[in-house]
Amino acid sequence: MVLHLIIRRLFFLIFVVFALSIVTFVLMHLVPSDPARNIAGPRASPAAVQQIREEYGLDDPVVERYVSYMTGIVQLDFGDSLSSRRPVSDDLKRYLPATFELTLAAMAFAIIFGVPLGVISAVRKNSGIDAFGRIVSVIGLSMPSFWLAIVLQFVFFARLGWLPDGQRLPIGVDPPRTITTLYSVDALLTLNFDVFVTTIQHLAMPAFVLGFISLAPVTRMIRSAMLEVLNQDYVRTARAKGLKNNTVITRHALKNALLPAITVTGLQLGLLLSGTVLVEIVFSWPGIGRYAFQAIQNQDPNSLISVTLVIGFAYVLANMIVDIAYIFLDPRIRVT
Amino acid sequence: MSTQDTLTTSPAAGQLQTQAKGPSRRTGFRYFVKRFARESPLNVVALGILAVFFFICIFGTMIAPYDPLVPSIQDKLVGPSSAHLLGTDELGRDVLSRVMAGARISLGIATLILTIAIPVGTLVGVLAGYFGGLIDELLMRVTDVFLAFPAIILAMAIAAALGPNLRNTVIALTLVYWPWYARLIRGQVLQIKERDYVEAGRAIGVGTPRLIMRHILPNAVAPIIIQATIDVGFAVLATAGLSFIGLGAQPPSPEWGAMISNSRTYFREAWWYFTFPGVALTLTVIGFNLLGDGLRDYFDPRTRGS
Repeated sequence: MVLHLIIRRLFFLIFVVFALSIVTFVLMHLVPSDPARNIAGPRASPAAVQQIREEYGLDDPVVERYVSYMTGIVQLDFGDSLSSRRPVSDDLKRYLPATFELTLAAMAFAIIFGVPLGVISAVRKNSGIDAFGRIVSVIGLSMPSFWLAIVLQFVFFARLGWLPDGQRLPIGVDPPRTITTLYSVDALLTLNFDVFVTTIQHLAMPAFVLGFISLAPVTRMIRSAMLEVLNQDYVRTARAKGLKNNTVITRHALKNALLPAITVTGLQLGLLLSGTVLVEIVFSWPGIGRYAFQAIQNQDPNSLISVTLVIGFAYVLANMIVDIAYIFLDPRIRVT
Repeated sequence: MSTQDTLTTSPAAGQLQTQAKGPSRRTGFRYFVKRFARESPLNVVALGILAVFFFICIFGTMIAPYDPLVPSIQDKLVGPSSAHLLGTDELGRDVLSRVMAGARISLGIATLILTIAIPVGTLVGVLAGYFGGLIDELLMRVTDVFLAFPAIILAMAIAAALGPNLRNTVIALTLVYWPWYARLIRGQVLQIKERDYVEAGRAIGVGTPRLIMRHILPNAVAPIIIQATIDVGFAVLATAGLSFIGLGAQPPSPEWGAMISNSRTYFREAWWYFTFPGVALTLTVIGFNLLGDGLRDYFDPRTRGS
């Protein structure tokens, strides 16, 4: 039964990615502009433009281009970026770790602050802290991330000078030896504490902005799940047999409330990946979001399709992992 | 207990009296606003914010102190003062007037997106939910594909492909929003079509179109209204986001996202330039979010306080 469910999810994953590739591919080839002209430059002769067009296969029929593109993707070959002239897969390898580090840091922020806030809001329902949690949630949902990013840059960089305005590391500082590709973790592992502090300083603002968006869903979900669990009979039993309030909340209630929260957190991971685009642009963070933005500006279809596919794939994958984790965490689902 | 109940002597007389007076006291927009506002102070905040927002949408261009598009180079990047309450931008245009003009653009775009997305989603949802079987399976798989994809990325790809302007923003965001309504309405229809009154209607020979239009859809309206209210806010936010990365409104349009995008170059010296469009944007979205939350509690008292 479990296996059946997992296989079903896997098939859906493949189906979705396939459908996405068609959608994005068709979209990108509706572009009225001429990428070959962009590469060749405005003064190139028609012959030179034509040569580039043939070199990159821009003249082939759409179906043919799609087939050759998909054959490449299956082999993890995304073609060449029309603007950087490097293979897109190299670009992705270079930019993905930055996005990954930022997303993880944001996630950590949202969980570290969101879970306690949600729990306290539920336990002290209608108290001041509950109201505070609700206000923070609504603001987090409503505030445009790119604007919050600029406001923070103004306060902490331009005015106070406490934090750098962007990038992963300042120019001239070498990244730590690659172990996990996450600069902050690598710096710690290689005991390079100066670089560690610098990476954290660079990470602070983007991770806060991105984490703040996720804070609201995490807090809301934990709060409503806790409220539901706190009314259950087993919680009352735990109280009746004289357990301390803290024990009841952490051992009996929170443990059960975490289940739905995991779902939301997993879904957030996918949303964060797409949320990084706007934040990366403001903080010049060298991740795939900014790469996608540059691809749009340079009218570079291969790069944009690839980023769209990678983010879409990560999103669907995150959802699938959440679903499967759920099956293992909640025995009730396995039965039904 | 209303005063009417306490004044009349018999229940029947009370009933008659209410009938005679008509239901006007317990329905209508004013009654709704009063009762809605009494439920939670946050509802009052929501109504207040949106009242100001709609007022500016309608009368903004009339009461704005300056023309939002006409540059005045000698006044460029002037801080807030009595002449320019919210300062000026890099071309000397009044930020207050531009923020006011932007309200109408945001509301217009968001309304347009939802007036296309909701009927499309409703149609798909009704077809899938009412007829079921193969139609349901087919339509829902298509919906799943759209839902399985982060909205902003999809909108970005679409807007990038079609070209950067507001019309394409509308197309992109409509494509992103309709599946949510399709799924929502399918769920509603699945529930409602099993109810006794639908069965009764069918039994006395009501045709399918009439059954759907008169008996099923009216009962599915509440969740659609709630979702639409929240989505107006998110559509405003998404439009601003796309304009911010240069895929939506183009200069010199006073769209909020485009304004914030322009302001980045001057963010060190002109805090007012990026601050006020962002504040307007945040407040508007907060207004719609709070209204949506409030409406949900209002229509479904079970979720109150959770």
